[in-house]
Amino acid sequence: MSRILFKKEGRAKFISHLDLMRTMQRVFIRSGIEIKHTEGFNPHPYMNFAMPLPVGTESRCELMDFVLLGGAQAREVPARLNASMPEGIRVLDCWDEKRKFKDIKWLDMEARLFYDNKVSPTQALRDLYSGEHIVIEKRTKRGSAQVDIAALHGGLEITEAEDGAVLIAARLPVQEPALSPAQLISAIEQLRPDLRPDFAAYRRVEVRDSELRPFR
Amino acid sequence: MTPKLERILTRVQKPARYTGGEYNEIVKDLSAVDLRVAFCFPDTYEIGMSNLGLQILYGAINEDPGMWCERCFAPWGDMEDELRREKIPLYALESGDPIGDFDAIAFSLGYEMAYTSVLNMLDLAGVPVRRADRTALTPLVFAGGTSCVNPEPMADFIDLFVLGEGEELDLEVLRLLRRAKGEGWTKSRFLRAAADIEGVYVPSLYEPEYNGDGTLRGVTALDGAPKTVTKRIIEDLDSAYYPSRAIVPSTEIVHDRVVLELFRGCVRGCRFCQAGFVYRPVRRHSTEFLLEKAKSLLQSSGYEEITLSSLSTSDFKGLPELTDGLLEWCEPRKISLSLPSLRADNFSMGLMERVQRVRKSGLTFAPEAGSQRLRDVINKNVTEEALMNSCRIAFEGGWNTLKLYFMLGLPTETDEDVLAIAELAERVLHCWRQYAANKARGVRITVSTSMFVPKPHTPFQWEAQVSVEEYLRRVKLLREAINSRSITYNWHAPDVSLIEAALSRGDRRLGAVIENVWRDGGKLDSWSDYFSFERWMGAFEKAGLDPDFYAARVRGDGELFPWDVIDVGVRKAYLARERRAAYEGVITPDCRVKCMGCGANCLLERRACDE
Ligand code: SF4
Repeated sequence: MSRILFKKEGRAKFISHLDLMRTMQRVFIRSGIEIKHTEGFNPHPYMNFAMPLPVGTESRCELMDFVLLGGAQAREVPARLNASMPEGIRVLDCWDEKRKFKDIKWLDMEARLFYDNKVSPTQALRDLYSGEHIVIEKRTKRGSAQVDIAALHGGLEITEAEDGAVLIAARLPVQEPALSPAQLISAIEQLRPDLRPDFAAYRRVEVRDSELRPFR
Repeated sequence: MTPKLERILTRVQKPARYTGGEYNEIVKDLSAVDLRVAFCFPDTYEIGMSNLGLQILYGAINEDPGMWCERCFAPWGDMEDELRREKIPLYALESGDPIGDFDAIAFSLGYEMAYTSVLNMLDLAGVPVRRADRTALTPLVFAGGTSCVNPEPMADFIDLFVLGEGEELDLEVLRLLRRAKGEGWTKSRFLRAAADIEGVYVPSLYEPEYNGDGTLRGVTALDGAPKTVTKRIIEDLDSAYYPSRAIVPSTEIVHDRVVLELFRGCVRGCRFCQAGFVYRPVRRHSTEFLLEKAKSLLQSSGYEEITLSSLSTSDFKGLPELTDGLLEWCEPRKISLSLPSLRADNFSMGLMERVQRVRKSGLTFAPEAGSQRLRDVINKNVTEEALMNSCRIAFEGGWNTLKLYFMLGLPTETDEDVLAIAELAERVLHCWRQYAANKARGVRITVSTSMFVPKPHTPFQWEAQVSVEEYLRRVKLLREAINSRSITYNWHAPDVSLIEAALSRGDRRLGAVIENVWRDGGKLDSWSDYFSFERWMGAFEKAGLDPDFYAARVRGDGELFPWDVIDVGVRKAYLARERRAAYEGVITPDCRVKCMGCGANCLLERRACDE
């Protein structure tokens, strides 16, 4: 099995997961790199993504597995794929790997919160997120549940960016009980609606295993 | 991308259609560009990006190092609301720059129901919709495409129409614009000079006059402009620009595959078919050219499907060599080949088998009329025997879904002809019972009807469209005659067809109607989400015009038509002769069997049509 690490940024963040799969399929064909197809009535290239990326979220830590055929070497993959990529998607590395995606435990993410007509409430947000208990309503498949995000996240830092945006950097669990970036930010809406930003932009920064090592 | 736009895109449906940045898009260094062109398609991204003409002209214009042609599509309603609320002017996908600042805004007008979107896109760009309100030279608003063979309904909005094939013509117009811009010409000076380019129609240089009964009395060509404008064609297709790379959308579009154009024009002469007359004479690409382009397009796009596109693919001489050559290349690469618009009558076993080797998709036949008599009237030279033979081959080959397309309201149609559609469908079903390879899988036969729309530059341009009520009566008749549960009947809504008929044979006065509809919120009228019959009827009434005058009126033999100023090559006298032949039920052989002297050969330097 081969694995690539790639980023998806800028305009490309609006490509949906389904469209990304289609795009990757074509990128392989354009680059002339053969990969294994699934068996069955309607064969398609076998591609396995670590965690589907929501539309509108940027990332520099996406992982995807596939099986190289035809003698292509992992080290030549990034350059060849990048020559055929649409703007904004870049393969950073490729290697042979056996480790399963289920070993990913943590996601380091950043949220940038924009306030249009007022000064960024950076300190108020720090106060909110440094509370001992931050209990929010989390909607699940089976209705909604109360969760304490203070007990869930693995670290959280709030700074103010040069452009005035509030930057929340957090480490979030990806396995049940998981906490998504949007859920993390929903605490503002639920607990301090007066601090609600006019816009929030998300970015994935790193995925980590249980030892907090970058997962590769 | 500006932060404002970025925010909007997180809120709208399918944002990838508004971002640009796709693989193979063309981006140029602005310091080396002296003419900026926005190629606008007045429909959604998914429809527009599926249009071969767009891909060809985009590439052709960008061949000029100093010109940068970018794309722009009609936003869906949610995006439009956001753009208006945030006061973001309509922008081109490649650069994100507002198209209102460009030198030229070019619209592709393939169908009449896109007209209101042209106005809406101009307005979103902050450009006045009426040409009279645009006094500066730039942005020049021009348009081309099939429905421009009658440019009059859009004449109030468009500065200049390019008629026929644009590979050379568009560039000639743009080069003249570059010169005019450099030398500081006025708009009227430019337009007058542009009118001397063959294939250019400048509506401001033509003044229509009407009779008391509303028909056209005459058209005065002003300032020495040519009396008629002859469409342009590319005589030698292989020597004209054809892309080797296609923009690959990052989101799914309607035709998500390589499209290969085999030839232009059609030798058949179906009397209802506008494309069959206005694209004459037939000209083809060589097989070598096509094979080479197919490979480079497939390789550079990564598409896994290629489709052969033409009006009547099976008329392509050398189709076996071409399909063999393509399959030889495609099969090992798991690329599938699709062959739409195959005719029922020469749908050969061999061809079907070849395609089947890769993938088997649903089959569609378009007999257009149920009875042989009516098929003779419309010159759809397909016999029932040939159709049954094709069906038999298809069923034996394992196909089990079949679509049959018909029109209701064709000239001379009787109830008997309508009922013949049901009988034909029954016989197709019977054929399946007799020959199906695998009966256990069942069969699905779909019969679809649409209301016939008489079009300019066809033998039926004099004909009246049937009324909506009459169409629905025939629909009911047919519906009640179809009894089998294996046959599904779909009919297209007639109100869109009525408006389409009024627009397609409209005159310049319809500009007021189109503008009324747009001001009343009309746009994207080919989408049922947006089309409103009441809005159109209200707009006609407000303009003091009657849609039936345009759609449901039989024209007199000698009537002057608004589109007579456009010469597509085929003579009006020939169309009149074809109309008489229709009423006599006399068929016209295809051009290869016998040239009937339509006049289109005069567009060729060598004066002889392709054999
Ligand atoms: S000139 Fe003759 S061969 Fe050519 S398109 Fe007309 S009818 Fe056909």
